[in-house]
Amino acid sequence: EATGLRFGLGRAALPEEIAAWDVDVRPDGSGLPEGTGNAWDGEALFEDNCASCHGSFAEGVGNWPKLAGGDGTLADEDPLKTVGSYWPYTSTVWDYVHRSMPFGGAQTLSDDDVYAIVAYILYSNDIIDDEFEVSHETLPTIELPNADGFIIDDRAETEYSQWRAEPCMENCKDGVEITMRATVLDVTPDEAVEES
Amino acid sequence: MSTETKGPSRRQFLTSAAALGAGTVAATATQAAGPDPLITELQDWATGLGAGVDEVPYGLPIRFEDDVVRRNVEWLTADTISSINFTPIHALDGTITPQGCAFERHHSGAIELAKSDYRLMINGLVDRPLVFSYEDLERFPREQHVYFCECAANTGMEWAGAQLNGAQFTHGMIHNMEYTGVPLRTLLAEAGLDAAGDFADKWVYVEGADASSNGRSIPMEKAMDDVLVAFKANGEALRKEHGYPVRLVVPGWEGNMWVKWLRRIEVMDGPVESREETSKYTDTLADGTSRKWTWVMDAKSVITSPSPQAPIAHGHGPLVITGMAWSGHGKITRVDVSKDGGITWETARLAAPGTDKALTRFYLDTTWTGEEMLLQSRAMDETGYVQPTKAQLREVRGLNSIYHNNCIQTWHVKANGEAENVEVS
Repeated sequence: EATGLRFGLGRAALPEEIAAWDVDVRPDGSGLPEGTGNAWDGEALFEDNCASCHGSFAEGVGNWPKLAGGDGTLADEDPLKTVGSYWPYTSTVWDYVHRSMPFGGAQTLSDDDVYAIVAYILYSNDIIDDEFEVSHETLPTIELPNADGFIIDDRAETEYSQWRAEPCMENCKDGVEITMRATVLDVTPDEAVEES
Repeated sequence: MSTETKGPSRRQFLTSAAALGAGTVAATATQAAGPDPLITELQDWATGLGAGVDEVPYGLPIRFEDDVVRRNVEWLTADTISSINFTPIHALDGTITPQGCAFERHHSGAIELAKSDYRLMINGLVDRPLVFSYEDLERFPREQHVYFCECAANTGMEWAGAQLNGAQFTHGMIHNMEYTGVPLRTLLAEAGLDAAGDFADKWVYVEGADASSNGRSIPMEKAMDDVLVAFKANGEALRKEHGYPVRLVVPGWEGNMWVKWLRRIEVMDGPVESREETSKYTDTLADGTSRKWTWVMDAKSVITSPSPQAPIAHGHGPLVITGMAWSGHGKITRVDVSKDGGITWETARLAAPGTDKALTRFYLDTTWTGEEMLLQSRAMDETGYVQPTKAQLREVRGLNSIYHNNCIQTWHVKANGEAENVEVS
């Protein structure tokens, strides 16, 4: 055995068991089950299952996540990161909705329902029209606007190279001034100061 | 109490005071105004009886310590289920975090999963897809290690400025425990990795049993290095909220990857690019592009006392400045402390030599005569990395990274001993 010691513990996973738990979907679409849905169908499903938190137009309610909008805001002072403005892959939308939404009722949507809801989210972001059939075949072909917006961790080059140096110990700056105070903002829970 | 136990601390005290050239101030004991009734009068606890040994089969801290608790900040998240709370680091010492007040971060709440219902699956590019029971895991050779688990978002609210007034809130998304578990590589070997071939382009995808699943992709090199499948922490079973009965321990890497209630490990030929590594746990730079796969938590430290929740209440004289330091790149080798906002620094004393990817406690035994202080600490790790200022970080990243804020923290200590979270030039 090239890969080391075996203890003979555990048992073979059965195909039905793997199928039940291995539901992850990758950017190339691998893992997607057969199915289809469009935004027209998805609108009603979204209204029934999602809109109470995410808004009828996926614009978000209160502090709940906004799923649409924010195009072109990523370099702004206050970026709005949504499926349309930020997410790189449609596979992630399908995978996450299928596995973990609705919040509190996860894994209750059928595969076709998930295709339709994903279609509605993409439609709300002006990425597809309301008749476009999102399926296991078409979903990986839909490119999201921020697909090229990510770089792999580059701290070794941009940060570590300059910060691995003997630090200053004396006369490190001419003076020092307080430029910001937390008590001005006053957003700390009261219990933090009631003690002691 | 024997003189042996008093001796060293007395010597330590005098040495520290002399070294600071303030021996006369610090060593002068004050005179009592009169006899102390706590000494001269018979107290109840010295005459009556305490609690029996059968009263508390599993104890909680004494009621006088009831402020040493987790706290949440309501406005941070939409609800308390997919949310965060904070370890009371301002009140702790040493390095081991008591599990009962160690922070929690859930995405669909803390689930209850019995050992008898627990299953762990390994599938994908393995020779033999396997299912383990909890009992199976306890039969593999075990290891023990102490590691910190720091949320990627720890100090994240402080990117734009000084916001929350207390070390618990600015730095409390962290805990440090002694884990017992099985190396992930042992379980992968049991499933067989011949099918995986060259590890260089292989990944494992790990997910939890909860509704959020918290799936993350980990490169095979890390999976085969020091990742643990853990079932004990600080000597006992994991707490429910920390992943009972089994969690992943990913030393040095962001807390999100420490998947709780671990149910499945899949060997793959690429990353999944799941929600928790695309929408979340990616770090947006000033130009609008974002870093992904920023796994390691860089060297960081914070002074826990004095701090806003732990003001100086004892007046002038000897003062213990203490805090903690840690690095995802390895051991902490040194911590410097400044009392003047970074103009001058003195090297603090490490309570014990730094250990790999774990918290290290530091002390600076000093004398305080009521002067205002701008307290800072600056950690160094074994790679020579020096903890940066917030200005240095902002220069590279801008203000919207959200995660991985390991900047030097400043506390403004006022003449009355109160402390405030501030930023300085």
